[in-house]
Amino acid sequence: MQMSGAQMVCEAIIAEGVKTVFGYPGGAIMHVYDEIYKQNGFEHILNRHEQASVHAADGYARATGEVGVAMVTSGPGFTNAVTGLATAYMDSIPMVVISGQVPLSLIGTDGFQEIDAVGISRPCTKHNFLVRTIEELPRVLKEAFYIARSGRPGPVLVDIPKDITVDIGEFAYPESVDIPSYKPTYKGNRRQIEKAVEAIKSAKKPLLYIGGGTVLSNASDLVRELAEKTQIPAVETLMARGVMGAKNPLLLGMLGMHGNYASNMAMSETDLVISLGARFDDRVTGKLSEFAKYADVIHVDIDPANIAKLVDVDYPIVGDVTQVLEKMIPLLDDVNTDRYQAWREILKRYDELHPQSYVDSDEVIKPQWAIERLGELVGVDAIITSDVGQHQMWAAQHYPFDRPRQWINSGGLGTMGFGFPAALGAKRAFPEKTVINITGDGSILMNMQELVTAAEYKIPVINVILNNHFLGMVRQWQTFFYEKRYSETDLTFQPNWKALAEACGGIGYDVTTKEEFDAALKDAIKQDKVCFMNVAVNRFEDVLPMVPAGGALFNMMLPQKKHGEEK
Amino acid sequence: MAKATNERRVVSVVVMNESSVLARVTALFAGRGYNIESLTVAPIPGSDMSHITIATNGSTKVIEQITKQLHKLIPVYKVIEHEEMVEKEMVLVKFPIAENLSDISVLCAAYNGGVVNVGKEMIITMVADEPMRIKHFIEAAQRYNPCEIVRGGVVAIER
Repeated sequence: MQMSGAQMVCEAIIAEGVKTVFGYPGGAIMHVYDEIYKQNGFEHILNRHEQASVHAADGYARATGEVGVAMVTSGPGFTNAVTGLATAYMDSIPMVVISGQVPLSLIGTDGFQEIDAVGISRPCTKHNFLVRTIEELPRVLKEAFYIARSGRPGPVLVDIPKDITVDIGEFAYPESVDIPSYKPTYKGNRRQIEKAVEAIKSAKKPLLYIGGGTVLSNASDLVRELAEKTQIPAVETLMARGVMGAKNPLLLGMLGMHGNYASNMAMSETDLVISLGARFDDRVTGKLSEFAKYADVIHVDIDPANIAKLVDVDYPIVGDVTQVLEKMIPLLDDVNTDRYQAWREILKRYDELHPQSYVDSDEVIKPQWAIERLGELVGVDAIITSDVGQHQMWAAQHYPFDRPRQWINSGGLGTMGFGFPAALGAKRAFPEKTVINITGDGSILMNMQELVTAAEYKIPVINVILNNHFLGMVRQWQTFFYEKRYSETDLTFQPNWKALAEACGGIGYDVTTKEEFDAALKDAIKQDKVCFMNVAVNRFEDVLPMVPAGGALFNMMLPQKKHGEEK
Repeated sequence: MAKATNERRVVSVVVMNESSVLARVTALFAGRGYNIESLTVAPIPGSDMSHITIATNGSTKVIEQITKQLHKLIPVYKVIEHEEMVEKEMVLVKFPIAENLSDISVLCAAYNGGVVNVGKEMIITMVADEPMRIKHFIEAAQRYNPCEIVRGGVVAIER
């Protein structure tokens, strides 16, 4: 069928089953927007900043597991999208971003709104394309979606010169993809899996180290089955919160810089790390030479480059976590779970010694209380997004995440301003679910223009702003490591949050007491409007436990004990 | 046992011959802080592929990461970390015509090269040999006052 390049873009999006596209028009992408106007196959959400469009597509992808799509124009439209691409790249999120480009004849002439998009995005995309002919466009679009979702997922940029969106060509959307140089490994090597199983059976203190790859691979049920069958305790990374389930007795908690005591001690004392879709990030390992010092390491990862990148691995298994676990679990039928009993008891004692805790207050709302209360009120049903900083860590520590894809945050890049637009994407994917962005008074302002988007499209996400009038995480480091010189972190000057939300068509709540918190949240859930819940919290609360950067995991700064618990 | 840190390694990368593929490879080295000592690229005859030869150095762990990261690039077919290879490099040297041409000629012959062009004021010689021999040739050529030396990158083939 003959059609224009712009039509091909729309047809490909429809063929891929994408229901919602987030974007922002501009000169170089106008022909595509003209076709979007004419079609009914998908809806388009006009964010008020390209960065937000990409984060929204990202949130949509994280919530659904499907490829998210964002569309931007050339030049500044594209450069605004770069942070979104990098965020998705660091967390391996499947996404296709389509950018307009100046006409082919103008490329290289410093034309108006020209920028080398493939050059800039090379290190922050899984792959990118500059389309050069109308003939190759259908194949490029198909490959973009395929590359985004296959193997280790990631964002793909398709940069399309304006004249190619006008050109007419034959469109037949390819049914399949064959890229001879790109063949991801899904099946783990059977021999390696057998060796790993033997290691598990002969270990005394094994530990499941569960990463975000288990979410991407939809392996949660298998991970739980493995833990259940072997009775091996588990720790989750920031990206894996929810995989084991909040009440799972084998789950010790989150490990790493702000991991709980039992998790970090478990990693320090284990004799066998069973790493599933985790990549030994520095925020997880702390000082590498002290990390899992006494352990052999089984590392299951779909990306061979992750294996032995930072930690020496004894049992490397390249493959998709789901497929590897499907082979591994039946081999563990005769595992002796009593073997690990003593180890489980040690870890139980560690957890009793220093549970994840904080000292609550009757005078001021503690941010940890707010998170716990959210968990009690909306729990497993809600989708929780977050921005980056203290509130993100408190959410990861205190919210009872019970299923994968319930927790959406920028882990690898740590992008402030991610949470609100990502919440829009998640809410659009699951309109019936309550979607809450846990944010701070610093982060929320980085994409606050999305109030307008949310109001226009009636996307009622709830922004719970844990407001400590600080860039809290930086302030915490200044307290600990910079002798309390609070350089440029004091946010005492603030907008009128309630008025700000209302000015943009949303609702605002100012919350200073626990009663107001409950009332505001209950009201916000009922509303069909976006809202800001401005929650005044204790200014100088710290995220604890904390492993100072570069320190060993077992050297934690711990919270003070609750009243009555002092020994 | 891990070998000494910062060993020299030659890596061949077979890629799809498409635009910006060289940029992807070199950007990977730049972005991840790997060294490129020399780089040679040319199409593979009778195919739509190109062969990139990179001489690099780093610890065993770094070299392993380079290989894996190169593999991750979508247009990369194959990465060969050379162990047993034949390795050649070429150099063009321009000498003033007033120098002792027979000496220069003998020197070039000793390194499997020769005179490739003679002009009014200059002669140009070419030598293709192993990188270490090229280095020695350049040292030996110094006494004939070379006015220009252009050294090519390494090409290698596994034995």
